[in-house]
Order: sequence, then structure tokens, then C-alpha cells
Amino acid sequence: MAKQVAIELKNITKTFGKVVANKDVSLTAYRGEILSILGENGSGKTTLMNMISGIYFPDEGQILVDGKEAVIASPKDAFTYKIGMIHQHFKLVDVFTAAENIVLGIEDGKYNLKKSTEKIREICDKFGFDLDPEKKIYTMSVSEKQTVEIVKVLYRGADILILDEPTAVLTPQEIQKLFDVLRRMREAGKAIIIITHKLNEVMALSDRVAVLRKGEYIGSVNTCETSEQELTEMMVGKKISLNIERTEPKDPVDRLIVKDLECVDRTGVKLLSKVSFTLRGGEILGVAGIAGSGQRELLESIAGLQKVSSGEITYINPKTDNVENLRDKTPKQIRDLGVRLSFVPEDRLGMGLVANMDITDNMMLRSYRKGKSFFLERKAPKTLAEKIVHDLEVVTPSVSTPVRQLSGGNIQKVLVGREIAASPKVLMVAYPVRGLDINSSYTIYNLLNQQKAKGVAVIFVGEDLDVLTELCDRIMVIGSGRITGIVDGRTATKEELGILMTKTVDESEGSSNE
Amino acid sequence: MSDIKKTKHSHEPLFHLVKRDDMKWWQAWLVRIAAIVIALLLVGVISMLLTKENFFSIYETMYRGTFGKLESGSTVMLWKFLQKTAILLGLSLAVTPAFKMKFWNCGAEGQALVGGLASMICMIELGDKLPYPVLLLVILVTSVLAGALWGVIPAIFKAQYNTNETLFTLMMNYVATQIIKYYLYVEGGGSNKINPVAYGNLPTIGDNKYALNVIIVLVITVLVYIYLNYSKHGYEISVVGESQNTARYIGINVKKVVIRTMVVSGALCGIVGMLLVSGTNHSIDSNTVGGQGFTAIMVSWLGQFNPFIMVIMSALVIFLNLGSAKVADTCGLNSSFADITVGIVILFVVGCEFFIRYSIKFRHSKKEVKA
Repeated sequence: MAKQVAIELKNITKTFGKVVANKDVSLTAYRGEILSILGENGSGKTTLMNMISGIYFPDEGQILVDGKEAVIASPKDAFTYKIGMIHQHFKLVDVFTAAENIVLGIEDGKYNLKKSTEKIREICDKFGFDLDPEKKIYTMSVSEKQTVEIVKVLYRGADILILDEPTAVLTPQEIQKLFDVLRRMREAGKAIIIITHKLNEVMALSDRVAVLRKGEYIGSVNTCETSEQELTEMMVGKKISLNIERTEPKDPVDRLIVKDLECVDRTGVKLLSKVSFTLRGGEILGVAGIAGSGQRELLESIAGLQKVSSGEITYINPKTDNVENLRDKTPKQIRDLGVRLSFVPEDRLGMGLVANMDITDNMMLRSYRKGKSFFLERKAPKTLAEKIVHDLEVVTPSVSTPVRQLSGGNIQKVLVGREIAASPKVLMVAYPVRGLDINSSYTIYNLLNQQKAKGVAVIFVGEDLDVLTELCDRIMVIGSGRITGIVDGRTATKEELGILMTKTVDESEGSSNE
Repeated sequence: MSDIKKTKHSHEPLFHLVKRDDMKWWQAWLVRIAAIVIALLLVGVISMLLTKENFFSIYETMYRGTFGKLESGSTVMLWKFLQKTAILLGLSLAVTPAFKMKFWNCGAEGQALVGGLASMICMIELGDKLPYPVLLLVILVTSVLAGALWGVIPAIFKAQYNTNETLFTLMMNYVATQIIKYYLYVEGGGSNKINPVAYGNLPTIGDNKYALNVIIVLVITVLVYIYLNYSKHGYEISVVGESQNTARYIGINVKKVVIRTMVVSGALCGIVGMLLVSGTNHSIDSNTVGGQGFTAIMVSWLGQFNPFIMVIMSALVIFLNLGSAKVADTCGLNSSFADITVGIVILFVVGCEFFIRYSIKFRHSKKEVKA
């Protein structure tokens, strides 16, 4: 049976100022097929899909739906062509129910929530979604919210579904569930396009892969005829090794001891409860968990940024063997104690760096207080900035370029570079490779390994379980603010981590389910 | 399907906006200067239509209204212009550290008024009791303290209880105005006004009563520039303004910086108050600052928080105010005319920033349209 073309892109080009997001891209998606759009961050995947869904308009080129030329100038136009996109960041009204969100914005003058709810149930039964239409969004997990988004576009009759990085926020088990649903939709003859940069998912799910690199279309291959290695080469443009080296920790000594740490938010909900662990010098301790399970609070408590309600945080000074209590201290007090703690926060431009300042001024964040002078000393920070730009191969016009103008990978190099330059004894990094291309990611892994070799105690909060199991010596799993297990990174499997990640969620919700 | 048919003919939107980051600094300045020139031309055209005057004579009237008869050696008007510019500039400089911190100090008016009031009280109460140099010092210190106090109260509430500083500083203006009115009632007897006091007046340079004010404000301009760009305090202000999270992350005490900066901001307003009372009017009333505290907010923004650009902007605003007042006067228009002209120029100055950041691409044209 010949495959039926759902959508065809012809010579699409889109530029933003000087940046060419897509250049002469031609691509075809068929009905009854799952197509992966694979490419590194910044390769133009999302821009391309945004043009299909009416958010951007191409500068040049044509889009054909069912063989006819289509003009998609707005998301509304996209719906008339039965195209629906599920964005990476959900666009839902928190205080509305699932059903209310799904019918929101449909202007057919027939607002009947009861009827709509029935129709939603039908869709859910047909494709096997697990969704309660009357549940309010703010009580939902991330995976449920995503389900609402998918049902929303199906409700509007979408035949062509585009999903932007749908697995980024899900656990391995939830990913499996999503894949099952997507396969059922494929059987129903829908064209499904998923944007991703995770190779294993591409291999597991899709029928065909289209690869983009730096905004250009490299080619497409059938999944059954390719390998991860080949796809990586298409994506990056050169051969690279996908192995992260992991050395044995050299004489690990206890460096940071956290005992029964607890934090509550304003309303008294526990963000962290009874968190205890020991961090050793010369090892990388991974922290795995669903996004928002308390990773941020944990790191910020140690850094003195989060109010702690009970528990202890102690630091053992490697030079003097003095034991310092870090609890209830401000970041400045911690530094004044001689604790060499560096922290690469998740929010790079909102916390780690100042977006509108140049690289030199950002270097100064750590050191500007030095000296008694009323005035700033910019010489040393400038030298440091030049050194980091040189050593880490930061791509920037100069050290006086505002960091917001750099690419994600270069921003992260600046931040990690600065934190490492403070020669830390404890280094905490949160999602350090989020949004980075493969080469930059490996640069960061290498930097972490170098620190480990120097005897630094590293905490690595990550989301990619493949990376955690390859890089870390031990992996601590956090679920709903509790430590659900600490496992050996050399023997742990993804499935084991996935079960641990959801362990306490089940326990705590078990009582309130009915 | 009818929707699709309709759109078929128009293949793409009429125009779309493209962000640009390739404009050189001098190109950006050309755009800005062009915007001001176009705005001034438009002011001329509108004035011409309203007054039926000759197009060029309107500019002449504006020039006369601002600078007077310079060519015949009369500098009276010129110095009045410089004085007004200096006061506006001083207040703009005062609010700028707070603005850079994203603390919207709308209370320059009140802070300057209480500074002026402090000067007035010293002049009346201590005028004949202290030696002149000591008196001047006392006036300076009390004015600075009064302005700083007026600025720091909203800052403390902001830091401790996260109150809205815009409303708080605005309300402090009304409190200041009422206090002045009360003081006038008490001190002025039945007349509700104070006759110029001879004691504690700032010295004059030669016989020019404005020159010292202008010099002091220019010195403050340089000092504020240095403070914001080369001091550790200025750096902390920038970090807090850009991101409080980053500030906390590197261990800046945000509350302390907020309070300290508002002390500076209020103190500078206090100095301007002193320049107005001890340096110029030798008296006070509730209209002494005359709304310049609010105009200063605009000037600070127009100057993009750069003290040296603010010099130009405050001069421009004062020129338009004085010049249009003269046009309105000679042609029998009412005082709103000045607001209209200032409004037009501001619109162009702010609007041109859009063309500096974006370019417009029209359908089927690959050329960029420049402003």
C-alpha cells in the first residue's frame, strides 16, 4: 500500500535577524507514520514545526497539506488544515478543569460542557488516554497535563500531530505510556511528528527519522535501517565517541554531611523531608528524580539560599578537618567560613549570571567584594574572562559581549568556568547540559570528571538517566522531597531508577486517591 | 474551506517584524537624532496649523522663549534655562540609582520638598544664630537627611513587607505637600506664604544667582556616573536590578542594597531641594518643585539611566517647555500647548527605539526598511 502524504515542506527558509534558523528545508510526513525530527538544540527543529503550526511564517518556501498549497499564517489556520501542535511548555489555565481547557477558544457557539465531556471520554477510550475531564489542571501531574494538551488537539480534529520534546519531563514509565498512545494514533492513520534529541527514543518509537543540523536538512532514514551511531554522525556532522569515561574515585573522604534536612514552603507543605546523605570528595553523586521533586530546594539549602526548617548540613574542611555548620547561613557567611562551595544553578541567566552584563562583569559576581576599595577592580575579572573564553573555547565576539547574546552552550561554559575557577571543594551542578549540543555536553562532563580527579565532591542533578548511569559513581533518587534510594551508578539500570523516582509519589498519593 | 480560499491570494502577511542586533552605536544615534528632528518639524507643522504663523517664525519664537536675546548680550533667559535644566537634571540623577535597581521611586517631588523644607527651617530658625559657613553646612546636612528619610521610609517597607514602592512614594509626596502647607500656615501667619529669607542663602558667583546651582548639578552628574559604573555599590545596584535571584545567589543582601540606594536617591533629592530653597527662591511653597519630580522620571528613562544622556534630555524637555510656552503666549493658545509639543517629541524619542531594535520586512521585499 502506497503511503499517503500528509504534509510536505518545500524549500523552507526562515531567518531571525542575522540568525538563519532554517535554510532550504524540504521534508515530507506521511499518514500512519511516526516521524522523528532529530537535531541538536538550536538546529531549527522547533522553528520548523512552529511554521507548520502557524506561529511563524516562512520567509521562503511552500507548505503543502494533502498535496495542496497551504497558507498557515496563524494557529487558527493550522487547525483548519487539521494540524495540532503540543508545545514543550504547556499552555493551560490552571484553575480550569481538563474539559474546560480542551473546549477553550473553540468558537462554534455551541458551548455545552456535558456534551464535550462525553466527546472527550470517547477520544480517551479510543486511544487509551488515562484522563479525568473534570479534574482541575493545578492538581495534575506533568504527564496528565501533557495528556490534556494531546486530547485538546485531537478534540479539534487534528490529523497531523506535532509534539515538541514530549518526553523531557516524564519518567521512563510515563514515556512508555505516551509511546503506546502515539502508536495507537498511528494505527488510526494520523501523521505524527515528534521533535527530539534523544536517540534511544527515536530508535524505540519512530518509523522514520529526519535529521536537521544547523538549520539545514541533512536527510531522512528509516529507523529500522539505521543505528544510533549513524544518527549521531548525521546530527553532529562528525564522528564522536558516545562514551563518558568514569574513573574509580580516588580515596574518597567525607566532605559534606546532610542529616534529616527538612524545608517547607509558605503554606507549610514539605518540600524536603528527612533528607540524609553523605557526599565524598573525589566522587560524583548523581541526583535523579522527576522535575520539581525537591532537587532545587536541596541544592539551594546547601548553598544557603533556602530556609531550612530542621536538620543539619555540615561541611568538613579538607585542610583543617574543622567541622563547619552550614545551616541557616547566608551564601556570604558560608564563603567567609572558608567553605569552598561552587554552585551552577538550573536557572543560568536568572540566577547564575546576569544576562545583560558582559562576561567580565559576570566573572566579577564572585570576586567583586575583594579589597577594601570603594571602587571596582575589573582587571583580574577581565583576565579570568579571557582565560575561560580561551580554555573552554567559548564562542563570543569579545569578553565585553553581554552573555544573553551567547548561545546556550557558551553561556553554560561561562558559568561553569567561573564556578570551577573558584577552585571549589564542593561543586553542585543542576541540569548542566540542558539545552546544550552534544559537543558542549561532553565538554561539561569532562570538566566534571577533571574536578572529580582533583578530589572535589561533585553533586550532579540530571534528567537524562543514560547520562547519570554513565557518569556518576553513586545515584541518589529523590521523589516528592524524600530520598527514595541511593544506588551504585555502575550497576543501576534505568528501570530501577524509574521505579525509585515514582516510589514515594505512589505512597503519598495512595491515601488521597479516593 | 472558505477561509482557505480567502487567504489564498495573500500569500503572506503584509509585513512582519524582524529583530535586529546588527545596528552600530553611531547608526542608533543617527536614528535617535533623526527622530528628534522629525518630531521638531512635526511640532512646527502643528504649531503652524494652530496659529497660522509662518513655519520658521515658530522656531524663532521657541528660541526666543528659551534663550531670549542672546545676540544682544543678554544672558538672563539663558541662565534661567540652565537653572531649570539643572534642577530637572538633578532630580533625574536622583531617581536613577533607584530605577537601575528597578525600584520605581516616584517620590522625587516629595523628597525634594522635604529637603527644601529642612533648608527653610534652618534658614529661619538658625539664620541669625550661627556663623555663615556653619549655617551652610547645617543646611546641607539637614536637607540631605530629610530627603534621605523621605526616601528610606518606602524602602524599609519594601524590604521588610514587600509593599508597592510606586504607590508608597507617590503617597509620600502628598504627605510632604501637606506638611509644607501646614508649615506655611504656621510660619506665614495669615498670608500662608513666607517672604524670602536673607540668611543662609547659597553664595553667588559674581552676581549670577544660578551659576553655583548649575555647577553643583554638573558635579553630581559626574559623581552619579562614577557611582553607578565604577563603584561596588553601583555594581550591586545593577545586579539587584537585573535579577534578585542572582543577587541572593552571590550573597548580596538585597534588603540592605534597596535601603542604601534609596538613602542615596532621597539624599540627592534633598540636595536639589536645598538648591531650590537656599540656592534660588530663599522661600518655599508647596509648588516649589513644580512637578519636576515627575518629569524627572521620564528624563531618567529617556536618558536610558545614563547621566550624560540625561543632560541632553533634560535640556531638550526644558527647551520645549519654555519655547512652547512662549509660542502659546504670543499666539493666544493655552498652556496645554507645551504638553502637546513635549508629548510629540517624547513619542518620537521612545518610538525610535523600536526601529533600532526591529526592522520591518514588507511582503515580497527583501530590503530592510530603516527608520
